[in-house]
Amino acid sequence: MTDSRQSPPTSPTAAPTRRAENILGAEGLSGLRGKTSRRGFFPWLGLAWVSITAGFAMLAGVSLRFLFPNVLFEPPSTFKAGFPSEYEVGAVDERFKSKFGVWIVRDEATLFALSTICTHLGCTPNWLGGEQKFKCPCHGSGFYIDGMNFEGPAPRPLERYKIYVADDGQVVVDKNSKYQWEKGQWDNPESFVSMA
Amino acid sequence: MSRLANVKKSIARSQLWTAFFRHGYPDTDRNRVLVIMSNVLLHLHPVKVRKSGVKMKYTWCAGGLSFFLFLLETITGLLLMFYYRPTIEYAYVDIIDLREQVPLGIMRELHRWGAHAMVIAVWVHMFRVFMTGSYKPPREFNWNVGVILLVLTLLLSFTGYLLPWDQLAIWAITVGSNMARATPFLGHEGPGAALLRVGDVSLVHIGDDVRFALLGGRFVGAGTLLRFYVLHCVAIPLIAGFGMAIHFWRVRKDGGISGPL
Ligand code: HEM
Ligand code: FES
Repeated sequence: MTDSRQSPPTSPTAAPTRRAENILGAEGLSGLRGKTSRRGFFPWLGLAWVSITAGFAMLAGVSLRFLFPNVLFEPPSTFKAGFPSEYEVGAVDERFKSKFGVWIVRDEATLFALSTICTHLGCTPNWLGGEQKFKCPCHGSGFYIDGMNFEGPAPRPLERYKIYVADDGQVVVDKNSKYQWEKGQWDNPESFVSMA
Repeated sequence: MSRLANVKKSIARSQLWTAFFRHGYPDTDRNRVLVIMSNVLLHLHPVKVRKSGVKMKYTWCAGGLSFFLFLLETITGLLLMFYYRPTIEYAYVDIIDLREQVPLGIMRELHRWGAHAMVIAVWVHMFRVFMTGSYKPPREFNWNVGVILLVLTLLLSFTGYLLPWDQLAIWAITVGSNMARATPFLGHEGPGAALLRVGDVSLVHIGDDVRFALLGGRFVGAGTLLRFYVLHCVAIPLIAGFGMAIHFWRVRKDGGISGPL
């Protein structure tokens, strides 16, 4: 069987050229000649490319910025945590764990805020009162009550957050500043409230 | 001429028939080429294939299997989308319902097992391309297209992992996305990020780094679920489909599937 389709006519006709003449007026293409020189054309071409590139760069920038919302519906990073007298020596306070990701721990001399983010890969450990340790369910890291790591893959102790007593006498935890043991920052007076 | 032959002839000449079949039977070399060239889907495929190219022994059909599994995932995934809602109230219960309250409760299992199988198939395909030396010129470009497809396959796997919104999902994505903290310059704990600061204000911090853009928040939450859903169901499959079109076209342009040495 042969191809049942005919190839379209390929011979050029006069019609397209005549239409171009109509658009450009009586002089046709030659009417454009002399108005813009070859050299004069290139600055315009350059400008056109620069504008288009700038336009697209702006669109890309706007799209990128779109990924960062102006408002976050997350709990605030600073919160009040009651009065220092509410905390018992040797207890781990879990009231702020699920909402703010913070344990507040009281030892003899100080009150401090421990981050609940495991320093291995970021899971949330559990406080096991009977064994007196924080135990991470993900890969088994263990931390003592003061946050020191002692078992499992976690390479460093839990981090502590800024904690202070506000003018109204309430404890405030500010998660915007953190204090790392390995950097010697636990000595910083901002990282604990003195209970002495 | 018999009546049957006449009917056959008039059908073959009808407008409907010729609109679909724009060439004669593929019994000449010319028509065989036309079959491939005049069809947008087939034209990604080479007109001629080397004998070794269709041997299981040579390709293990691992690339073809990867593509088949991608199609399977597309279809089963589309069906799952009719039930699944990507919010923290509904995601988990919708997944349970998909198993228990929907006819053919194995659709979700098909999608999940298919996903595992696709990851395996893609690695096997890469291994075979390596072992047959098919990454060598002129196919080095297609090897790189392949590497991009591999990354996209893994990203599909990663984003899909979060969607059931169970403990495994949440913590796996927490752990996985924490790696993004260490991205050079773009992650707030990565090398170089500390250099990007104006006076006391750091430009790259937990609220604006690349991990934040991925999660839509400071930690894995409602925003993350929605972002991963959109990436998993729309963005990555589109990019991967586009990449596969290039991949298959390149196989054709590089002279078809390579032959044994
Ligand atoms: C989504 C993932 C992928 C799909 C669907 C896919 C699909 C295919 C298909 C159907 C072929 C034809 C030959 C065959 O079936 O083996 C092929 C060839 C090829 N693929 Fe892939 N591929 C994928 C990923 C990759 C990866 C990860 C690599 C390597 C980094 C790669 C490199 C190549 C190369 C170099 C060829 C040409 C092989 C030859 O000519 O012998 N592809 N691919
Ligand atoms: S994340 Fe805690 S042990 Fe790995």
